[in-house]
Amino acid sequence: MNWLLVILGGAVGAPLRYLTDRAVQARHDSVFPWGTFVVNAAGSLVLGAVAGASVSSHTYALLGTGLCGALTTYSTFSYETLRLAERGWPFLAVANVAASLLVGLGSVFLGLELARALTA
Amino acid sequence: MTRGPGAGPGEEAEAIDPDVDLHVPVQRAETEGAHKWPVLAAISVGGALGATGRYGASLLWPTPGGAFPWAVFWVNVVGCGLIGVLMVLVSEGGRSAPPLLRPFLGVGVLGGFTTFSTYALDFSDLLEREEAGTALAYAGGTVVAALGAVWLTASAARAALKRAAAR
Repeated sequence: MNWLLVILGGAVGAPLRYLTDRAVQARHDSVFPWGTFVVNAAGSLVLGAVAGASVSSHTYALLGTGLCGALTTYSTFSYETLRLAERGWPFLAVANVAASLLVGLGSVFLGLELARALTA
Repeated sequence: MTRGPGAGPGEEAEAIDPDVDLHVPVQRAETEGAHKWPVLAAISVGGALGATGRYGASLLWPTPGGAFPWAVFWVNVVGCGLIGVLMVLVSEGGRSAPPLLRPFLGVGVLGGFTTFSTYALDFSDLLEREEAGTALAYAGGTVVAALGAVWLTASAARAALKRAAAR
């Protein structure tokens, strides 16, 4: 059962990342990868909330492992950082790593605390 | 902020963001009209496969609470290594590939396989268990290993293509 829920979550999460990335880029003409940054931060916030709400293992498989897992990405983040550094924007590469870590880790904390406060 | 990566003279616009980069005309057109359904379907199937692979890895190598999350660490490092090769083959140097290959393998499979949110959650869980040393080693180690992997594989793939072209 959990396998099916992970498949379903992943099947929704990945295209959602692609469409969100496009929507963010369409509003911002910049080489900084804002789209990936936004999905990683948003996915971390939601995963924090899902974990903080102590949901059932089925719900976690669907929303946590499947949806948030596929919505967020490390491979995209690493390749775009490499490209920024190679194409002459080393400062943006460093900024991308620093901002993604700070905001991603901060979002998970925020999601956890919000869900705990609301479900307490 | 600086405009577009389609920079210097004689330089084709090349993707910075491997999921989709609207500076690359072919990728910008990817969702026009009926094109978008096969693209979204390829990403969706790829994402399901990638997420399943990651879930399988986490069941094969479960992480006890408070321990270094090796399964997600290796999933992320391997996924970053693979995208380095993939992007060199399908997008760099003006090379083109079947139109659904990048959406399926890059956006779907590798994007769904690797994860940032689980990485962030595992880090916060280690901190809450007062395993600050492990938390910092995990956070920093993943960044260094993931960036090292993508740099290494992309460099190796470029060198291999160059050798093949010189032959």
